[in-house]
Amino acid sequence: MLTSESLKRIDREIAKYPADQKQSAVMAALAIAQEQQGWLSSEAIECVAGYLGMAPVAAYEVATFYNMYDLQPVGKYKVSVCTNLPCMLTGGVDAGEYLKNKLGIGYNETTPDGLITLKEGECMGACGDAPVMIVNNRRMCSWMNPEQIDQLLAELK
Amino acid sequence: MAILGAINPMLSLDLDGDNAWRLADYVKRGGYTALRRILEEKQTQEFVINEVKKSVLRGRGGAGFPTGLKWSFMPRSFPGDKYVVCNSDEGEPGTFKDRDILRYNPHAVIEGMAIAAFAMGASRGYNYIHGEVWDIYERFEEALDEARAAGFLGSNLLGSGFDFELFAHHGYGAYICGEETALLESIEGKKGQPRFKPPFPASFGLYGKPTTINNTETFASIPYIINLGGETYLDAGKANNGGTKLFSISGHVNRPGNYEIPLGTPFATLLDMAGGIRGGRQLKACIPGGSSSPVVPATAMMECTMDYDSISKAGSMLGSGAVIVMDETTCMVKALERLSFFYYEESCGQCTPCREGTNWLYRVVHRIETGRGRADDLDLLSSVTTNIMGRTICALGDAASMPVQSFIKHFHDEFAYHIEHKKCLVPVEVQRAGSGFFTATA
Repeated sequence: MLTSESLKRIDREIAKYPADQKQSAVMAALAIAQEQQGWLSSEAIECVAGYLGMAPVAAYEVATFYNMYDLQPVGKYKVSVCTNLPCMLTGGVDAGEYLKNKLGIGYNETTPDGLITLKEGECMGACGDAPVMIVNNRRMCSWMNPEQIDQLLAELK
Repeated sequence: MAILGAINPMLSLDLDGDNAWRLADYVKRGGYTALRRILEEKQTQEFVINEVKKSVLRGRGGAGFPTGLKWSFMPRSFPGDKYVVCNSDEGEPGTFKDRDILRYNPHAVIEGMAIAAFAMGASRGYNYIHGEVWDIYERFEEALDEARAAGFLGSNLLGSGFDFELFAHHGYGAYICGEETALLESIEGKKGQPRFKPPFPASFGLYGKPTTINNTETFASIPYIINLGGETYLDAGKANNGGTKLFSISGHVNRPGNYEIPLGTPFATLLDMAGGIRGGRQLKACIPGGSSSPVVPATAMMECTMDYDSISKAGSMLGSGAVIVMDETTCMVKALERLSFFYYEESCGQCTPCREGTNWLYRVVHRIETGRGRADDLDLLSSVTTNIMGRTICALGDAASMPVQSFIKHFHDEFAYHIEHKKCLVPVEVQRAGSGFFTATA
């Protein structure tokens, strides 16, 4: 079920580790599988485990331990807002509330059209840029005041 | 320019322009001369370790352990694989300095790791980068390609016969992987659960081989130490606190961001550099070294200098140099509630006192914050913290407990008021206004 493009990327990750330590590539491989599929199904996890020669349960342990893996389908865009203390002091919690109002959903919910899933995130290591949010685990958005959030939402189509 | 201000900078010197992170720019500002000198002049491993010892460089990740001493624990002559690992899993709330080092000066980290590998006889290294800062991970991969193409990584470095391969590994959302043995487990492709110590990584590390793990800023400081000489580097800071350090300032200041200053610089100077408190309000308290360090009230903080010893004397820790500034609009109960939730979320679940205790801490602080606190809740919190501390494999349990103890110690009246009056001393509208979200302009 993994495309040849995904497998090529996984091979590049495997090459970073000693020949007998293919399992080290599991985090990257799961991230690649998630990118391809939009989320991580059990089938995808098992496929990654098989490719790396690990027990499926070992790959499943990793997928459930790290919180950027989505074990349930999410919207086309997943927006994670940091509300941890440094961000909270400069508007992180308010930014989350603003998004909830705008989208009409709560945390861990998806808009009815399947476009946006909202998540409350933990420290993203960008506290000086608060409020911060990450779109689809990849794009960090900094200094998100109401105007910036409106712009972002207009862009996410 | 990412570093907003500096006094006698090293790491953040001349980082102007979009290409400052590129190899060509790094070489132009003296990059890779330290590695070249060591290899071409055939310096010994002892020479390098001694310079680092003389510099009194203390680990920049949080623990402040002397780097030279740590390096001397590695069995240099042990035949077989040895590893150096860089901890860029920067997820301690308040800390965002390694992100900027990797963004603007990644080759300093690569050069520092190569020098470290030479000094400890390691031939392979990994840089574990926080998964949330994906652009930084991609940039580091590009910087590695540049270094390989120029012969600063790979086999037979600069014709010296010394081999060093370096790779980037990304995290994917787990605070605990900042703990060094959890980080090793994570590189091995497992859940990031800390290992019991001893054995320490220097004898049983990555894949069971001798390994040394240092923070990004620690590695990045190494080329500067070799170029300047250990003693000159030490003099740039103060006794027992060598060099300059990056401080990440967040919270209620006008210019949150990173600042590089000599260790020993007064906190008041740093606060001024960050533009002072927003809206001319008063400083209430400060968490000086990342969320795990005890909170320090304003008066005590204003008397501190920014170094390991002074902050420790004030009852806290310099930690990673993450300064979370809170002004008078802050509700200390709400602040603690958010931190407690974080530790509860991020406990790896391995040790019972931490797994259960962090949940208790969060639930009790949460009920105080939401007006359902009970008269003996503060005693209960204190008892939970003493039952966590010192009873777990790693320091996360202690890190969850110290904020609870220090917040209650210094702001006892505020907690008592919450319990008695079922509401906050600081009105909710004032707290909201403090965040500035609804009044901010782009």
